Amino acid sequence: MQLLMFYLLGFGAVISALLLVTNKRPVAAAMSLITVMLCLAGLYVLLDAHLIAALQIIVYAGAIMVLFLFVIMLLNIEEKSGRLSNRKIALQFVGILVVGATLIAVAGLIKISPAQVTDGFGTTEAVGKMLFTDFLLPFEIASILLLAAIVGAVILAKRRIDD
Amino acid sequence: MIADLTETIVKILFIFSINVGFYAPILGWVERKQSALMQDRVGANRANIFNFKIIGLFHPIADAVKVLTKEDFIPEGADKFFHTLAPFLSLTPAIVTFAVIPFGGAYELWGHPVKLVIADLNVGMLFIFAFASLSTYGVVLGGWSSNNNWSLLGGLRASAQMLSYEVAMGLTLIGVFMVYGSLRLTDIGMIQENFFRWGIFMQPLGFVLFFTCAIAENKRAPFDQPEAESELVAGYFTEYSSMKFVMFWMGEFLEIVTISGIVTTLFFGAWHLPFVTDQMLVSFFAGAGPNGAALLAMLVNVVVFFAKVSFFIWLMMTIRWTLPRFRYDQVMRLGWKMLLPLALINIFITGIVLLV
Repeated sequence: MQLLMFYLLGFGAVISALLLVTNKRPVAAAMSLITVMLCLAGLYVLLDAHLIAALQIIVYAGAIMVLFLFVIMLLNIEEKSGRLSNRKIALQFVGILVVGATLIAVAGLIKISPAQVTDGFGTTEAVGKMLFTDFLLPFEIASILLLAAIVGAVILAKRRIDD
Repeated sequence: MIADLTETIVKILFIFSINVGFYAPILGWVERKQSALMQDRVGANRANIFNFKIIGLFHPIADAVKVLTKEDFIPEGADKFFHTLAPFLSLTPAIVTFAVIPFGGAYELWGHPVKLVIADLNVGMLFIFAFASLSTYGVVLGGWSSNNNWSLLGGLRASAQMLSYEVAMGLTLIGVFMVYGSLRLTDIGMIQENFFRWGIFMQPLGFVLFFTCAIAENKRAPFDQPEAESELVAGYFTEYSSMKFVMFWMGEFLEIVTISGIVTTLFFGAWHLPFVTDQMLVSFFAGAGPNGAALLAMLVNVVVFFAKVSFFIWLMMTIRWTLPRFRYDQVMRLGWKMLLPLALINIFITGIVLLV
């Protein structure tokens, strides 16, 4: 059952990712990206990481992608037609080969030992405890980074209003 | 195993029939009657079977027949796929979110423990948030795919409004979670067995903020900017007809039910009567034997829960027909400059009170 769900969600994620890069219509591409996010959230649930799954949907599928759609609709981006030259297609093919070979090599290097999850793994309490003890420094640094981004966005927006 | 499966299926069927079979159609009638009451009219009263009218209660049936037999129309130049997908994206999250809301406590029937919630998730409230945020897409896509400028404007307004109020709503709930120490809605319900620990006493500001944000998320007056019939015809669902149009409406009504359920669970003692603990209820019915007592207590709790839910539905209907629509900049200012700082202050005060 779990394996079946894994393959279902995995194939769903890969196929929607392919649709995302091949689709020429921006809104359809954005919707495929949302499907990718949802499939990933499903995979997190299979890994017992319920909190991360919920946050994945809230933050990525629910908030960031709404902004994407908002911008696409507001700017009314039209689909771009046109074909790639043969040279570009050849280059793309080489690129895919190189990236694929690198990925396989890296995957071979990493040794993954099957780990047993502890009781209460992935719950809000467990993740919260980890964030505020073992990973406190990265957590705080990330929040400073976000603060800097917010201040930067305000300054950029303000400059345009002042002009 | 079989008992668990049966239990889950029974609970799903119960919630589904209450929501889709009872609340969704009856709220259409309640909305008409409530608006008529507020505007000093009689309201829907013409539908009849052999001249029996029973205060217009046949109207939901007449409506159902009407929408099922109407032509399903897709305008020219519309994106067929997304135009069809949008109402489903709007209705599904509204149905699914009720899965984590407990409509009763925990009981033991014939040696089998029964918990009256479909999915007792550790991240319960976040699950509701996740699906509520997905319901934005139905509205946005519906507006975009209709190939109509009014619809597009409605969709744009909806996406901005729902995103803005989601932030304030999430921050408001952090205060609630700090008080209860859990995201699991059954835990929150259990704690409120004690009348003085009801959310409304522990988080009064939180309740006001949450209720305001919830109405804004629901896109009903005074926050019905995405629909705004005096400006945008009918907003994002202008180009919808037949069953797809009704799916948007059902989604809206079921969201009302879900919001009322969340408000009841978080702030108004969930399935508890004031000053009556679950234990007192079971011992009150002790004469009916252990299973009978549990069943009767269960019945009382479920009725109490849905009575509270119905009260909040009525309150939201009254607000909807009392307040005029805000202007769009007012909606945005209220969300970002009033509710968001107030939610942050609420978290701050809650933190201080908890520490002292």
